[in-house]
Amino acid sequence: MASNSSSSTAQQRLRIIAGHLQKRPEDENASVAAQECKAEAPRSEPSSATPVPRRRQEIMKWNGWGYSDSRFLFTKKGQAEFTGKRYRLSGLILPSLKDWFEGTFGANLQHRSPATPSLNLSAVAPPNLNQPFVEDLKAAGLVVSHDPEDRVFRAHGHCLHEVFALREGRIGRVPDMVVWPSCHSDVEKIVELACKHNVCLIPYGGGTSVSSALECPREETRSIVSLDTSQMVSVYMHACRQYLRIRRLNEHGYCTGHEPDSMEFSSLGGWVATRASGMKKNIYGNIEDLVVHIKMVTPRGVIEKSCLGPRMSTGPDIHHFILGSEGTLGVVTEVTLKIRPLPEYQKYGSVVFPNFQQGVACLREVARQRCAPASIRLMDNEQFQFGHALKPQVSSMFTSFLDGLKKFYITKFKGFDPQHLCVATLLFEGDRGKVLQHEKQVYDIAAKFGGLAAGEDNGQRGYMLTFVIAYLRDLGMDYYVIGESFETSVPWDRVLDLCRNVKERIVRECKERGVQVTQTYDAGACVYFYFAFNYRGLNDPVHVYEQVEHAAREEILANGGSLSHHHGVGKLRKEWMKESVSGVGLGMLKSVKEYVDPQNIFGNRNLL
Amino acid sequence: LAPRHPMLKKRDSFEDILEERRHSSDLRYALRCYTPTLYKGLVPCKASMLKSIVLQSDHLQYVIKQVSSESGDSTECVAEEASLILDEMAHRLQLSTVRFFVFTLSKAFKRLFRSVCVNEEGIQRLQQAVQEHPVVLLPSHRSYMDFLMMSYLLYMYDLPLPVIAAGMDFMSMKFVGEMLRMSGAFFIRRSFGGDKLYWAVFSEYVKTMLRNGYAPIEFFLEGTRSRTCKSLTPKTGLLNIVMEPFFKGELFDVNLVPVSISYERILEESLYARELLGIPKPKESTSGLLKARRVLSEDYGSMYVYFGHPVSVRSLTEGKITRSQYNLLPRCIPQKPSADTHEFLNDTAFRLVRIQEGNMVLKPWVLIATLLLQNPDGMDLSSLAEQTDWLRHLALAFGAFLDWPDHAACSEVISCSLALHRHLLSVSAGHVQLSVTDAPQVETTPEEAVFHQAVVVLSCASYRNQILHVFLRPALLAVAMQSANSNRKDDVYNCFNFLRNMFSSEFILCPGDSVQDFEEACYLLMKRGVLQVLEHEIVMSASGHSTLAFLSSVLDPFLQGYQVVSRYLCEETNENLTEKEFIPAVRNFALKLILAGRLKCYEALSSDLQKNALAAFLRLKAVMKVKVGDQVTLKVNKIAVNSLEDTLGKSDVISHQNSWWSRLVL
Repeated sequence: MASNSSSSTAQQRLRIIAGHLQKRPEDENASVAAQECKAEAPRSEPSSATPVPRRRQEIMKWNGWGYSDSRFLFTKKGQAEFTGKRYRLSGLILPSLKDWFEGTFGANLQHRSPATPSLNLSAVAPPNLNQPFVEDLKAAGLVVSHDPEDRVFRAHGHCLHEVFALREGRIGRVPDMVVWPSCHSDVEKIVELACKHNVCLIPYGGGTSVSSALECPREETRSIVSLDTSQMVSVYMHACRQYLRIRRLNEHGYCTGHEPDSMEFSSLGGWVATRASGMKKNIYGNIEDLVVHIKMVTPRGVIEKSCLGPRMSTGPDIHHFILGSEGTLGVVTEVTLKIRPLPEYQKYGSVVFPNFQQGVACLREVARQRCAPASIRLMDNEQFQFGHALKPQVSSMFTSFLDGLKKFYITKFKGFDPQHLCVATLLFEGDRGKVLQHEKQVYDIAAKFGGLAAGEDNGQRGYMLTFVIAYLRDLGMDYYVIGESFETSVPWDRVLDLCRNVKERIVRECKERGVQVTQTYDAGACVYFYFAFNYRGLNDPVHVYEQVEHAAREEILANGGSLSHHHGVGKLRKEWMKESVSGVGLGMLKSVKEYVDPQNIFGNRNLL
Repeated sequence: LAPRHPMLKKRDSFEDILEERRHSSDLRYALRCYTPTLYKGLVPCKASMLKSIVLQSDHLQYVIKQVSSESGDSTECVAEEASLILDEMAHRLQLSTVRFFVFTLSKAFKRLFRSVCVNEEGIQRLQQAVQEHPVVLLPSHRSYMDFLMMSYLLYMYDLPLPVIAAGMDFMSMKFVGEMLRMSGAFFIRRSFGGDKLYWAVFSEYVKTMLRNGYAPIEFFLEGTRSRTCKSLTPKTGLLNIVMEPFFKGELFDVNLVPVSISYERILEESLYARELLGIPKPKESTSGLLKARRVLSEDYGSMYVYFGHPVSVRSLTEGKITRSQYNLLPRCIPQKPSADTHEFLNDTAFRLVRIQEGNMVLKPWVLIATLLLQNPDGMDLSSLAEQTDWLRHLALAFGAFLDWPDHAACSEVISCSLALHRHLLSVSAGHVQLSVTDAPQVETTPEEAVFHQAVVVLSCASYRNQILHVFLRPALLAVAMQSANSNRKDDVYNCFNFLRNMFSSEFILCPGDSVQDFEEACYLLMKRGVLQVLEHEIVMSASGHSTLAFLSSVLDPFLQGYQVVSRYLCEETNENLTEKEFIPAVRNFALKLILAGRLKCYEALSSDLQKNALAAFLRLKAVMKVKVGDQVTLKVNKIAVNSLEDTLGKSDVISHQNSWWSRLVL
């Protein structure tokens, strides 16, 4: 088995993982487990690895991000703290967050804007049920619910306007019922009945969409059924909660390598349906590179390939009709993914650059030499300061002394301007020797662009940020600060201009924070913008935000950026689809939809 | 961009900057501490570094490789050539030279001008604009003095000194060329149509300075000095270059600042008139400049510089340019502007020139010159005063930026104006007439006499031309009404449109604006009580006759001039008329008509008018250019020219005293 897995990029199929798990010798590689702990440390605690229950609200917030037990708050003493036990940051005090928060946004801890504490059930419209459909479902033995809480939970993703409305207790159109299939044939049955009774199906995976993809279309008059795939944990591990799957994979020395920022919540089906990307794509690839086989149930029937060949020349790849179809064509029920042995060794790192331009130039060079680490991200100065604000309380005088010394060295001795320096965070994976060699290569390139190695801690904190940033937004919203992130991808030569112009455009519309280059490609980069502002005194802050984001997106497109790198289009970015893929391109997609789903059963109205 | 109804526009007030210069030391002033406000995104770099940035740029490197592979020369060779082009072109701005200029110009300006007036609010706006985004200064161009004055003013107000695109002809003035170079001028060849390398060096040089925020770029939309004081049809090449960094996302925005520079009396006045009459222009030379010292002893009245509102390229392009069209090629690869970009550039250029026109200060003399030209036999001072006053009110109602002295009697204002321009006039016994003043010592031939008189007329016309933009649209309407077959609105509009097309090289008429122009003309005349515009008809009011007669006689010289040209094309043309021969031949034709007493319009001798007329006939396809060998000949479609002439003839002023054409035809 060891030789099998070490045959480098040999594609492994999830379908036969069960076999692997059994065959795998217990004593294979002790160091794997140790390394794995380190990599997974920022995530949830390993022991309580349970799948998300049907009643998600039992462990997750109904009007905010993530687990109910994990949240940022300011203590009575005004210190920030992250609660719970699930994350590396959990239970820690963050002494500088308050100053950064108040300084940057002009927020004040006295001015609170708390959320509605609990869901007002009377605000939820009674379900518009299609009785014959419900009866047929029940007859088929499927689990359904029209409980208002279940329905509200599945009526939204995590766009700012969606969460903001929930916090204010405003409930719009919600699905009329929820159904939980547990296997492929359940889905076939549901789709068949939906066609028969003409009801609208909206597939639901992890609910982490940020493109308004889960919102119920206002113009829909049929009964809307949310098809929740979270319970489809099959023995083949298809479309299972990846959290569980990765845990199991990791326990046995494997990984998929796909780690989007929302990974503890999002679902495999969702990754496929949105063309997701993970932070380690440099090694493992994006979802389209990982997928070997997909099975999807559509109103027209089941679509799949006949074999698991690694590549086929059989006309356009039918997978690409499915990848990124955003739930408009059907439900992904089974996916076969490539897996890889767990990396033997992992190491974080970081590099400080005197300014953003130098940082971008370095990343470009790293990409050109094709020696990008598993992950490499460049944060601009604003985001660097934000990351700094999340530094936990230092335990010893010595550490704090060391920090001071480092700061002195960089700013005074090396002459970096603290208002301009920026930081690249790095994550290396592989066997120990190669990682060290790789690390040296990257640091050597960085040195040519004036970069200074700045330690593992900074790197690790950088990555932690991406997992907790959604929690931080909830904290902001408690104090009149709203924010959102949006992303794009852009050729290298336009990265700087795009960042500058978009920031300036946002500044022109209002106040702004933060940019980050997160993914690098040899032809370009993925750019992330974080943007937040204090809305105290504003009448309709969400509307203001939306206007700014709209302007920013126009600016991105005008500067050669894409409509989306991995968030998808949903309903939020639909208006630019034609411009992005040309009229003919859009027509092709429409004709596929027309063929596959003439009744518009999958009527979430995303994308097209 | 251009206000619909210019009279609603508010304009800033002026300050005289010479006032202070007359009371304190010029030397100390020239040496004072100069700390300009800078662009917030400035990438500091020296002029020498600029050169290496340009030569290393992706764009230039790309073109060098392209040229090398096309010509077969080695890339080093082509790169060397690029470097030489850049040496020839580049400015070497030096503060010390600027200080020298400031010192001498302070002296010179005080000698030449009574006052130099600047709108300080405009300066303040510019100070703001300079910090926010890279700035492009777009002054009007009437005199060599323009760019000297611009740099002088920017120095004076602690603004960054501009780099100025200047024509290569200055370079031949040995010493002065270098001095100008050191005060921020960079030199471009007059024509380099097909030279890819030259274009690449030039455009990259300008863009680099703009992107780095090195200095404001200054150039003349009109391309050259207007010899007639009418604004010239703008060129779009440089405008495209300065907008491209925005189109391609390299800059967030660029501010365009139109600047209107007007002179009460133009230094080059008679020089221009001679040039228009084909008396060859002396080549720019240092000795020529020294001879020009004579000009220092004369009084040139006041000069006005009006800094317009900065125009943001970003807001101009909104909804008109899709910047994403530049997304599909690496930005270093030169791209020809697309059809809609081209249209946008052209439209913008016209609008900017109209802003320049609108902010030009007009002196009372401009009104007087207009009247004197319409009365070649002269006028009594009293009736001149009466008519000037009448005209003044008309001009103000049409939105003219007239600088009429407060609290001064009309006759007083007129006598001051006449005094300043006495070299064009003879005044005797209360009678004023345009005439040759410095009587020639030797006997002159009749031809020479005509030319002497023509110099006076064209000089005077250059002042009338300054106010044409105010009267132009109503005047086109007035002529259209006379020539239309009926009072029906669409008939009148068709005539208006015909005239507008005919004169679109002559005057600044934004392409595509004919409906707006027509409506503006109707509005202005209606407001003045001259017309009644009904649903389908346009009717002249009882009191409107004199205004309409005046307005149509404003265009009279142009109508006559164009008819002379068309007559020439019909009658005289030999088969192989080359483009080069055209102007001298028309001039001769017109001269003969004048000598024979059949033509009184001296303006028909102006080469500018003749060129514009030819351009109109070419545009209307009545004349075609045919390339034979290395010569361009003109093929005349006589039927088409004849019919254009007929239509123009109908427009000709029948009611007016100068109804010379009927006599000529007889």
